[in-house]
Amino acid sequence: MEPAFPAKTAAEPYAVLDAQGRLLTDGPPPLDDAATYDALRTMMLVRHFDARAFSLQRQGRFGTFSPVHGQEAASLGAALALDPERDWIVPQYRELPALLQHGLPLERFALYFMGHPAGGYIPEGVRVFPIQIGIAAQLPHAVGLAWGLRYQGSDSVVVTFCGDGGTSEGDFHEALNLAGVRRAPVVFIIQNNGWAISTPTTLQTAATHLASRATGYGMPGYLVDGNDLFAVLNVVRAAVARARAGDGPTLVEALTYRMGPHNTADDPRRYVDRDVLDARQELDPILRLQRYLSSRGRWDDDAAQRVQAEIATEVDTALEQAMSYPAPTAADLMDHVYADEPARFTRQRAWFEQEEDVTWRR
Amino acid sequence: MATLTMIEAIRATLAYHLEHDDRVLLLGQDVGRLGGVFRATDGLQERFGADRVVDMPLAEACIAGAALGLAASGLRPIAELQFLSFAHQAFHQIGPQIARFRYRSKGRIPVPLVIRAPFGGNVRTPELHSEAIEAQFAQTPGIKIVMPATPYDAKGLLMQAVADPDPVLFCEPLRGYRLVRGEVPDEPYTVPFGRARVVREGEHVTIVAWSAAVQLAERAATALAEDGISAQVLDLRTLVPLDVEGLVSAVSATGRCVVVHEAPLTAGFGAEVVATLNEECFYELEAPVARVAAPDAPYPIGALEEQYLPTVARIVRACRQTVEVTP
Repeated sequence: MEPAFPAKTAAEPYAVLDAQGRLLTDGPPPLDDAATYDALRTMMLVRHFDARAFSLQRQGRFGTFSPVHGQEAASLGAALALDPERDWIVPQYRELPALLQHGLPLERFALYFMGHPAGGYIPEGVRVFPIQIGIAAQLPHAVGLAWGLRYQGSDSVVVTFCGDGGTSEGDFHEALNLAGVRRAPVVFIIQNNGWAISTPTTLQTAATHLASRATGYGMPGYLVDGNDLFAVLNVVRAAVARARAGDGPTLVEALTYRMGPHNTADDPRRYVDRDVLDARQELDPILRLQRYLSSRGRWDDDAAQRVQAEIATEVDTALEQAMSYPAPTAADLMDHVYADEPARFTRQRAWFEQEEDVTWRR
Repeated sequence: MATLTMIEAIRATLAYHLEHDDRVLLLGQDVGRLGGVFRATDGLQERFGADRVVDMPLAEACIAGAALGLAASGLRPIAELQFLSFAHQAFHQIGPQIARFRYRSKGRIPVPLVIRAPFGGNVRTPELHSEAIEAQFAQTPGIKIVMPATPYDAKGLLMQAVADPDPVLFCEPLRGYRLVRGEVPDEPYTVPFGRARVVREGEHVTIVAWSAAVQLAERAATALAEDGISAQVLDLRTLVPLDVEGLVSAVSATGRCVVVHEAPLTAGFGAEVVATLNEECFYELEAPVARVAAPDAPYPIGALEEQYLPTVARIVRACRQTVEVTP
């Protein structure tokens, strides 16, 4: 049975599970226990990857990197609503759970943040755009992609992400406005994690909720508990169904919380109160899902240990693959700037290929 | 063969692509019923429908950014920015996004598309309409910069732009839209990128120009001929790719060069031309390469345009001075 579409921009975010992992609705949960277990496992894997990447960065073996910590459900819940065989994800840079769910191999993601250009290459058949660093710049791309796919007769849907900070950019406004006008099959997910580096959402907007902006673009907007995997999945599923049916775009604000730093160069102790952060631990999306599965007899200490061991091996394998990837070469520096290279560019390429003073290393 | 103005040549080329290539969409402000503020798309929406000739919300960055997404979906968008000056408000989508998208996806997501933008002064537009900012895009590798000067080239270069596998910024000389007429073959043809055109042969000095400045250079060459100075005129046609070989061979032949552009002097594309000549044929030069450009002042409003922009007289003077230098 399809989940009922949640109430429109309620003052309280739409939720399916409370912090204790108890179902708040009478209907069936959007995932069965086996699928919920798999989702939990993906979220735990990303949490573990965060920790490993962070320590590797401190050892100088990983580049500047933004952990997902705390936002696993908001990201994964959206991707679970998609069909990887036809739908696209146009990400920002903090959506590892969604990208994994949609088919991006973990070592590609690791390569990108190790600074290896091969990390930008999305394997054929994986319908994902490269990670975007320019804030909100991906949103007009997502609209164009969705519009173009539909124009060519496809029923594909595009899901794109930005943060609360991204909603202040002109590209956010321009993209949502165009999506509304063209009824593009795109779902915008704002991951409102409370912070744009150190700037709180209260300094980003005077609006009570970012979801309410949808009204101004002639599309529905939904406020959802972003730490509740089931709630995010329900809302995005409904938005995807709407887009697929030709009824246009939807804006979803997922209320979540960034429990780690903005990135490895950030020190949130300078601006996040310790007791605020402590209070958020109880709302951890992973904990919530563990409590839920535990209440159904599908999760205990043994399961936790087993999963932890499995994902540690999986993450190690991906990191080893990424680290053993051949060092970049002159071709990595110069390939794909142009499909049809200017002659002077080809001369520059030849210089880099032959110059002995340039060393190529990781 | 018909005699067309540049705007007619462009319109005919757009119509050709809409007719022969289902992937082509036109998008821009007022390109639909109005036919564009300069009528480049006149009648095209009526003929090909509002799904293919699309009036866009007034948001330059989104026109460029959405064109990227449309190209990624497999279409061939031709976007119009009403004025190249307005590309300032789309710069972050053109340079950092469109130009480098192939590179950052390692070839997986190429975004072949065309952005057309009229530019240039002396037509008494309001402030912030006339700037020649082409050189700014030469600093964002991955996008080609095309600057036709004649109706023939406008058609041939635009056909190449639509066929090209890389994104193209196609800058149209506003002043020449209706002023310049020329013979344009009815059948399709392309003018390849990176091949400069010798507009006029000459022995004593080479005037290098592009876009509307080519006509100024031609008029200067005519004036110089009356004084017995034989000036060669070279139209670069495209800045990226730059025809280094054609440039060097033309300038080497005369040993003297004057570069003309409408942009301010400092870091205009003329600086790149001078530096290239310096690297490639310094010992063939018999005089320092001169530049005729706008001053390093903001583009002024109407009453000062004529004083601000390069003129035939300034080009003539620069050529005379260059020719008089004794090595």
